Amino acid sequence: MKALTFSLIAEPDQRLDLTPLTPAALTGLTVSQIEKLRLGAGRDGLLVGDVFRLSGKDANNVVIEGGSARFDRIGAGMASGHIRVNGNIGSQAGRKMSGGAVMIEGNTGDHAGSGMSGGRVEIRGNAGNNVGGPVAGELTGMEGGVLIVRGKAGDYVGDRLRRGIIAVLKGCGDYAGYRMIAGTIVVTGRVGAMPGYLMKRGSLLFDRRPEQLSPTFVPCGEPEIAFSGLFDRYLVDENITDRPLLGPRPGRYGGDNAVSGKGEILYRRGR
Amino acid sequence: MQQLTRNGVLIDDTFAEAFGMRATAIIITAPTLKWARQAAITMTGYATSVIGCGCEAAIDIDLDESKTPDGRPGCRVMIFAMSTDDLQKQLKSRLGQCVLTSPGSACFAGLEGSAPLDLGNSLRYFGDGWQISKKFGGRHYWRVPVMDGEFLCEATTGLTKSAVGGGNLLFLAADNTKALHAAEQAVAAINKVPGAIMPFPGGIVRSGSKVGGKYKGMMASTNDAFAPTLRGVVNSSLSPEVNAVLEIVIDGETSDAVAAAMRAGLKAAIDLGPKKGALRISAGNYGGKLGKFHYHLKDLLP
Repeated sequence: MKALTFSLIAEPDQRLDLTPLTPAALTGLTVSQIEKLRLGAGRDGLLVGDVFRLSGKDANNVVIEGGSARFDRIGAGMASGHIRVNGNIGSQAGRKMSGGAVMIEGNTGDHAGSGMSGGRVEIRGNAGNNVGGPVAGELTGMEGGVLIVRGKAGDYVGDRLRRGIIAVLKGCGDYAGYRMIAGTIVVTGRVGAMPGYLMKRGSLLFDRRPEQLSPTFVPCGEPEIAFSGLFDRYLVDENITDRPLLGPRPGRYGGDNAVSGKGEILYRRGR
Repeated sequence: MQQLTRNGVLIDDTFAEAFGMRATAIIITAPTLKWARQAAITMTGYATSVIGCGCEAAIDIDLDESKTPDGRPGCRVMIFAMSTDDLQKQLKSRLGQCVLTSPGSACFAGLEGSAPLDLGNSLRYFGDGWQISKKFGGRHYWRVPVMDGEFLCEATTGLTKSAVGGGNLLFLAADNTKALHAAEQAVAAINKVPGAIMPFPGGIVRSGSKVGGKYKGMMASTNDAFAPTLRGVVNSSLSPEVNAVLEIVIDGETSDAVAAAMRAGLKAAIDLGPKKGALRISAGNYGGKLGKFHYHLKDLLP
């Protein structure tokens, strides 16, 4: 069965909330029912039929052909199925999702994967700020799952991350792992200032020594550990990176000692 | 008793009688195979028989770098016990005293079983608050800081209830050297069979037993029918030319693994022939009433 495809007719003139377009929400709906789903807010809020042309029937595989920076919350709350977007999108993609997979062949705005607890989000392009992070008022950010940014990410990657893995493959902005509670953040490429600032526990794994570190991080030597081999293999097996990240004897910093100091930064030595 | 002959070796028409057991497996890795094996040998020491040791354990197979979770050389260890509680208790104490302590070691689940048994979940407290939990790829690991770096240990391993203990072969030979030669050849062959271990010293036991004895409280006593020095004074199973008997005991992850191991051991001893090895091969049973699993030698011949 062909994937249920939403082809963009024209760029909308308002921000749209694409939460209704998850596989579970679309299953069992007819084309005319789907076309009447409301995406915009307010009196002139747009319906699906105003923005997209529909084709295909397999609601478990949703494809959105053509993106817009006004498309927010793609895949929000989804628990199963697949969504693929060909184009750039707005904020909060994969927000609070617990399962399934979202693939974005483009760039995303802020808060991609915000508060997700399971499943896999893959962004082929760049991501904005606060990848996986909480929205205002929330105590925890991402709580599980895998979030991959193949391009660059902005500031505050993994803010208040509690569990799960975030991988950013072409470098990130400042304050990666800000206020992290636990979990794992992988960054290859240049890392901005103050990674791990106020992190309690968890791991930041880099392919090079971080340049601007908070003075509350302290060097912990470079002992041989089995974990780096295990995790390197995981990254390659899951097609997250194409080569081992850390090597058998990564360097280590402990921190952030401004808080509990049980977190770590592991980095590949010699770069 | 009817007998068959293969390559000049007499094969008794009898069977090995074996019992259902609980088993688990773990993978131990280290920077070198030598140290992975050292940790494994230490943790499987004093684990020959559940009667006195609480469990039966040995190395199953060695694993090269490509087959271990962390890309270092390692080996798979199997542990057998009569109950889940015994197995958990033995696993925890052996892991804590012998693997955690061994230089450079790490430990992973070696079995996807019907229920979990704690590995790192019970050892993590050694980290005194500095232990690190990592969950990825559907698995859970603990990293415990130790003096040479970290002890990496998976949180749990699996338990199987379909394990079998007590498969066996008896090698009857003209002298000790030949009996040992036959047994050693069989051990080498069985070592290559995955999912089967031989818990006795070097895989071989010389003090085969019968159930009970004349003394009160003895659960098992010497198998006098196979003791050559008693040939004249008891109802012996030995013919005049036999002067030494050695036994191999096999525990397997499944009944098929035990049968495969016995088949491999039989073939190795038969190929050796009666001049260099065993004159006759037999197996031990209790009349077939105690054990659920029966392995007839005639079904396992090459």
